Formats: sequence, structure tokens, C-alpha cells
Amino acid sequence: MTSPAFFEYLLRLGDDRLVVGHRLSEWCGHGPILEEDIALTNIALDLIGEATLLLKLAGQVEGKGRSEDALAYFRDGIDFRNALMLELPKGDFGFTILRQFFFSVYSLLQMEALTRSANADLSGIAAKAVKESRYHVRHCAEWVVTLGDGTDESRARVQGAVDDLWRYTGELFIADDIDREVASAGLGVDPSTLSDRWHSEVSRVLDDATLTIPKTGYMQRGGRDGKHTEHLGHMLSEMQIVARSYPGASW
Amino acid sequence: MVKRAALSRDELFAVLETVMDPEVPVLSVVDLGIIRDAESTDAGVVVTITPTYSGCPAMREIEQNIRTAFEEQGIGPVDVRTVYSPAWTTDWISASGREKLEAYGIAPPGPADQDTLITLRRRAEVLRCPYCKSLNTVEKSHFGSTACKSIWVCNACRQPFEHFKAI
Repeated sequence: MTSPAFFEYLLRLGDDRLVVGHRLSEWCGHGPILEEDIALTNIALDLIGEATLLLKLAGQVEGKGRSEDALAYFRDGIDFRNALMLELPKGDFGFTILRQFFFSVYSLLQMEALTRSANADLSGIAAKAVKESRYHVRHCAEWVVTLGDGTDESRARVQGAVDDLWRYTGELFIADDIDREVASAGLGVDPSTLSDRWHSEVSRVLDDATLTIPKTGYMQRGGRDGKHTEHLGHMLSEMQIVARSYPGASW
Repeated sequence: MVKRAALSRDELFAVLETVMDPEVPVLSVVDLGIIRDAESTDAGVVVTITPTYSGCPAMREIEQNIRTAFEEQGIGPVDVRTVYSPAWTTDWISASGREKLEAYGIAPPGPADQDTLITLRRRAEVLRCPYCKSLNTVEKSHFGSTACKSIWVCNACRQPFEHFKAI
């Protein structure tokens, strides 16, 4: 089956997880404690695993013989379709945890809906991702409360992360023609339908954490159209250099 | 390669019982519940497996070990196929597999969580220490040495141990 809209949609799903998974993997060897180092890289492993399956399916849907590796390592930034929030540098631990919390809640709601996709491959990938995301959400939510309702230092840092990241949350729920086409075909989910539940779940945890959501103002967007921040290119240069320097290498 | 046609499902599973999980070497791939089907066809043996976690790095090694196990018995060719639906759950780990896990020092999983709501706090989980059998245990980390495990410690015998997470 080839479908340009479904291909684009799968790139968005795959790129979100590849990019934030890579950002998490940057914590390998740098976690604040050993257990957390392991936790962040475990979550990274789940997300990069999900990205592998989604990009593999994207390549099949595109029908031009591109593998998941070709899509991950041989596209330039302008061809990536991830949300901007996910490409921002990893920041401090509070920033990483808060971003991961925002994304994990989003991913859980999205994947729950995608278990009903008319595409059997996608519904199978989603069923597995739901189980994984549930662990990610709980882990991150506990840390958000621990840091937010913690010391002056931890609270200030994680509140700063809320203030910095909030303007990137709007993009997650914007539906365009591609989203509407795959949703009406029963293949994908319209992201705007996830917004209410995401906001209520996230607000509940931020309340528990004594954190405040900034007044809604300008929301950043562009990732779905390949208009990225300056950070993505630097990230890709590191992520892709081995594959591009030694094409076809295996070990 | 010698092809032995028309092996029964039981005979195929007997071979698969000898293939151990590389990370938990007391557990066969059958105990682990990742074998969805095995049949012998005119073209050879077809084994259908499902991954435990999306990013589990042991899957390729498991596929290779399955092929090797059959080839060592002169059976082949072996086609290992992967399916993603229905998604693997720890409920598929066999009863004998659970006993082997505990004897190996890994607390086996409880029933998989069917809760679709986002729960901020985890359910209070009570685990039995696989070493001294005390119930006075506490989770130290939600994530362990592999994607499928968490890290616990027993307050009675002070022994850290791993838990196979229910998913």
C-alpha cells in the first residue's frame, strides 16, 4: 500500500520518537544517579525501538525501497517531521524529565488511539508502545512531583523548564490536511482530539508538583513542515556521522 | 541442509525449549511466551515470534539462536518471522518459567496492568524476596539492567534483586 499522507504521518510518529530518544541517550553516563542513568537510557531504548518499527513501516508505505536506517541516517533536517520541543538540547535533569513527561503523556494518548488503526502493523506497534509509555509516564510524573514539590533549587529549575517548554506544547495538537486525511481513513488519529485529555492529565500532575502553567501566549510551530530550530542540525550531525562516513558499514 | 519434513508442533517446540533467553539464561523462549507459532512446511520450518519490548536488543540474537538450534539437529531451512500484534504480555510467561525465574533470583511478574488511565502513583506492589522469601521488600528503581526488569532490595536479608516487570 502506498499513500503519501500516511507516509508523512508515519514520519511524524517515527521522528518524534527518534529525536527525543536520541536526546535521552545523551544522558548515558551523565545521569545524576546510577539508577536514573539506567532509567533514562531504558526509556531511550524503548523510543528508538518504536521509531525503528515506525520508520520501517513508513519506508514500506512509501514504496521506494527506503529502510528505517536510510530514513534515520540519510535525511537532512529539513526532511525531519518531529515536533520542535523534542529536538531542544537536553538541558538539566529537570528540563529533560519535564519534556519527557509532556511527551510521554502525549504518546500514551496517541498510541492508545492508534491501537484502533485500520493498519494492522501500526495497531500492533501501538499496542506495544502503550505498555511502554505507561511506565514512562509514571516514572516521569513521580520525578516532576519530587522536583516541583522539592527544594527551592529543584523547584526553581523545573518551574523554569515549564516556562521554557510550554510554548512548544501547542504544536503537538495542531491538525493539518495530512492528519485529517489519515484520521478520516481510519489509519491515524487527529492530534487535536488528544488536547483536552493531555491538558487535564498534565495539569493534575503539575498541581501536585506545586508548579504553575504560564499564561498561554505565542506557540512555536514548524517541525511538522521541516522548519526546525538551529538545534536539530547539530544533533543530526552527531547522530548521523558514522552512518554517513562509512555507508553500508556493519558490525 | 537435510530437511526433515512434517515435524509435529510438539517436536518443533521441543527444539525451541532448548533455546534460552540470552539475558535470562534459565528461561527458554517457550517459557518466555514469545513463540507465537511453529510449523513445518514443504519449504522448511517457520517460527513466528513476537518481541518483548520494541527496542529489545536481544531479539536478533534470539532469532539466530533459534535457527542454530534447528540446524544443529539437521533441520532446515528455518524462517523466523516477527509479528507485533497481539502485543506480548508477561502473562504469557509459563508457570514453570515463573518458578525458574524465582529460583534464579528474579522476582516473577504479577498480572499485567490493564488500567488504561494515567495513574500518577503506581499501585502499591508487594514482592516476595526470591532469596529469603520475605515480603519486606522495596523498589529502588523502576528500570533495571534490561528493559524488562526493575531493581528491588530486600529489607530482611539486605539482598538486592531484580523483578521482571508486568506489562
